[in-house]
Amino acid sequence: MKTWIQTTLLATATAALFAGPALAQDKVVNIYSHREPKLIEPMLEAFTRETGIKTNVVFADKGMVERLKAEGANSPADLVLTVDAGRLNDLVEAGLVQPINSPVVKANVPAAYAHPAGLWYGMSLRGRAIYASRDRVPENVAKGLTYADLADPKWKGKICTRAGDHEYNVALLASVIADKGEAAGRQWLQGLKANLGRKPQGGDREQVQAIQTGQCDLAVANTYYYYLMVTNPQQKAWADSARLVFPDQAGKGMMMNVSGIALTKASPNKDNAIKLVEYLAGEKAQAMYAELNGEYPVNPKADSSAFLKSLGTYKASDTSLDKIAKARKAALQMMNEVDYNS
Amino acid sequence: MTTAEPLAAASVSRFRLRRPGVWTLAAFAGALAVALPIGTALWLAFTANENVWPHLMATVLPGYIVTTLILLAGVAVGTIVIGVGTAWLVTMCAFPGRALLGWALMLPLAAPTYVVAYLYTGLLDYAGPVQRTIRSLFGFATMREYWFPDIRSVEGAIAMMALTLYPYVYLLARAAFIEQGPSAMEASRTLGCNPWQSFRRVALPMARPAIAVGAALAMMETLNDFGTVDYFAVRTLTAGVYNVWLKMQNVGGAAQIALVMLAFVITLLLLEHAARRRQRYHQGGGRYLRGPRFVLPPGRAALAILACALPVLLGFVVPAGVLLAMAVENFSAAFNARFPEFAWNSLRLAVVAAVICLIMGTLVAYAQRLRPSRALHHLSRVASLGYAIPGAVIALGVLIPAGALDNGVDGLARAHLGTSTGLILSGTLAAVLFAYLVRFFALGFGAMESGLARVKPSMDMAARTLGRGPTATFFTVHLPIVKGSALTALLIVFVDVMKELPATLVLRPFNFETLATQVYQHAATEQLELSALGALTIVAVGLIPVVVLNRTIVRQREGADGS
Repeated sequence: MKTWIQTTLLATATAALFAGPALAQDKVVNIYSHREPKLIEPMLEAFTRETGIKTNVVFADKGMVERLKAEGANSPADLVLTVDAGRLNDLVEAGLVQPINSPVVKANVPAAYAHPAGLWYGMSLRGRAIYASRDRVPENVAKGLTYADLADPKWKGKICTRAGDHEYNVALLASVIADKGEAAGRQWLQGLKANLGRKPQGGDREQVQAIQTGQCDLAVANTYYYYLMVTNPQQKAWADSARLVFPDQAGKGMMMNVSGIALTKASPNKDNAIKLVEYLAGEKAQAMYAELNGEYPVNPKADSSAFLKSLGTYKASDTSLDKIAKARKAALQMMNEVDYNS
Repeated sequence: MTTAEPLAAASVSRFRLRRPGVWTLAAFAGALAVALPIGTALWLAFTANENVWPHLMATVLPGYIVTTLILLAGVAVGTIVIGVGTAWLVTMCAFPGRALLGWALMLPLAAPTYVVAYLYTGLLDYAGPVQRTIRSLFGFATMREYWFPDIRSVEGAIAMMALTLYPYVYLLARAAFIEQGPSAMEASRTLGCNPWQSFRRVALPMARPAIAVGAALAMMETLNDFGTVDYFAVRTLTAGVYNVWLKMQNVGGAAQIALVMLAFVITLLLLEHAARRRQRYHQGGGRYLRGPRFVLPPGRAALAILACALPVLLGFVVPAGVLLAMAVENFSAAFNARFPEFAWNSLRLAVVAAVICLIMGTLVAYAQRLRPSRALHHLSRVASLGYAIPGAVIALGVLIPAGALDNGVDGLARAHLGTSTGLILSGTLAAVLFAYLVRFFALGFGAMESGLARVKPSMDMAARTLGRGPTATFFTVHLPIVKGSALTALLIVFVDVMKELPATLVLRPFNFETLATQVYQHAATEQLELSALGALTIVAVGLIPVVVLNRTIVRQREGADGS
């Protein structure tokens, strides 16, 4: 090897090793995020513009609980952003978070979508919805669909879902268990599995795509994907082939989940962090959740987007997320026992 | 990897130094550091807070194990057939386009398997252009009217992995065939073998260690893959690791499953090793005399071209073409001001990690040659295990000791100096690079160990007799000889780091993105079209070392041609 190559490599090595990114010393909030940066960046930028507080983000969809644990009392992280109440509950059970003591946040976020002691707060809402084929499922049938219908043999071979151990499906099963008990939950899951039109695969959107391609008549997917598909030129046809149905409207109501936020125990910039949580729960940022991501604002005073309004109102299940999070373990075991993914 | 060691041990040990040399001490320290995260994973496994096995064995785990074994076997067969077959054709046969194909066959190495899997799914699934065309051609209305293979299956995963991982076997088999030289082949021909018999009875057995290493690398990559099997809904042990860790919140249980996977790999390697234990592999001279290539008649030449072009076409041209089209179409949406920064981050991490892995690999391999010791031998094997452990588990193995060290130092500083040192390692690029070292040490070490094994001990003796110290001997005698192996190791680590995802995600500092993390974020939000630009850049940057490496290998063969 030529000497100059060695020299260059060594120089690069040294430079790369020691040129760490400079973090601003004051007026910062450090965030570990399970949510993709694209979904939260606009709110964070607006927050920085208004307050002058800079945000630093590490996005990773796994491993942040372990990172917080390992970093311990010296962790630079102030806030953890994540989806699914179950994951928020993991932070609580690991003892990594402290209560967010803010009257503003408390007033803006309904108790149903927050931890009882304020250890986490929901920031946006998403329903676990059913998508029904516009061609093959009559409108009156679609509108009356319930979660229980998913286990009805009349849909045999016609339902598509993603993997059973994905947290969205685990949470749905956990809500059935929380409402009706384990035996009923198992029966429902077995019925649903028997109705699957194909082996569980892909993300939520691909289940709706399967309606367009004729593989399934019903798909289980979150509400905001409807908006994300409609606004994506490559995916609009998928959304157009299906009707977004809010399940159980005559009964218990649609199962809602949250994207949420928690304050770490070690938070070095606690005041700034609480300011950010207050900002995110405020009407302006809440409207952005609706406008940009098609999620429902958790703050009832916030304006939802024209698109969401066009979908009509829905009745939400009143089973608390805390209760659902606690049924998660049983739900996951049941998914394995039924071998849902095979 | 270790075949020539007994000889090296027998002869070089006569040089044994009276006190532990700098090389030995440094090698022990380095190998210990690399083994630390692997030890941490062991510790996690043995301190699991809950026994997951009864539940898992009664439910999904037997299926995961069977699927994993099928996947491994399929990938092994696929990569060996493609890799050895093409390596033989381009090294030993003459046909039009041979030089170009010899180079192009390395290209699929640059493409991350999960990206290739995403692209093929887009092309081949029910809604993709291929099946659409079939439907419109034959007038089918639904998928029940015709049969088409399901890409999202074990078979599909095997195909994707064989197509992107065969270059490991190809590279090593090709180097082995080149280095064999023609004398043994010629002897076999003189003794009445036809070309096929020479290949089967002489060249193939002689290349076996290299092929085994290549296939082992491919299988370890297979065990490490989560993106592809997750996307294809193929339930392997890797999926089990993630399921237990993330869904059951049981890190210890996840580490236990990772260890079971490791046991698979070790068993395989031991079986292979035991099967050729009594064989020795040494080449005659240091120069590779040129042998005539078999000139193929036109019909066979066409078949050879097809056999070599097909893997390139399917493993590189098609996915890169689709990526290019997607990247062009969505350029304005995908390109943002930070894109050059992401590319630079990927590049510098990959370069530095490749150099570190090579230096550490050299250190341990050469120290072992200087002063063979059982302890260092075993330690180096443990340190090499990182390649077969999922990146996410390695990340945990780095997080925990780094955090403990940082908090320990901080505690001491607070107690004795009244000041806080905060986190020194955690959340820095040093932690990320360390994880890469743990993950890819095997590549640097394996290449240097096998490279050094080919240097006859008499060379060391001559240099030392002439008054060179061990360090000077290494730089003036060994390094020029093992340059090819060193470069191969640099290339593979470089490309692997460019593609690495799980450890980078978990360990990286605030606001730090690489091409791989960027691709992943778009892919995770089901916007593959936006990830195309980043994926294409990974592939393009990965081509640079492929070109460099090929020039070296070709020169090696042509240098032989000239003599």
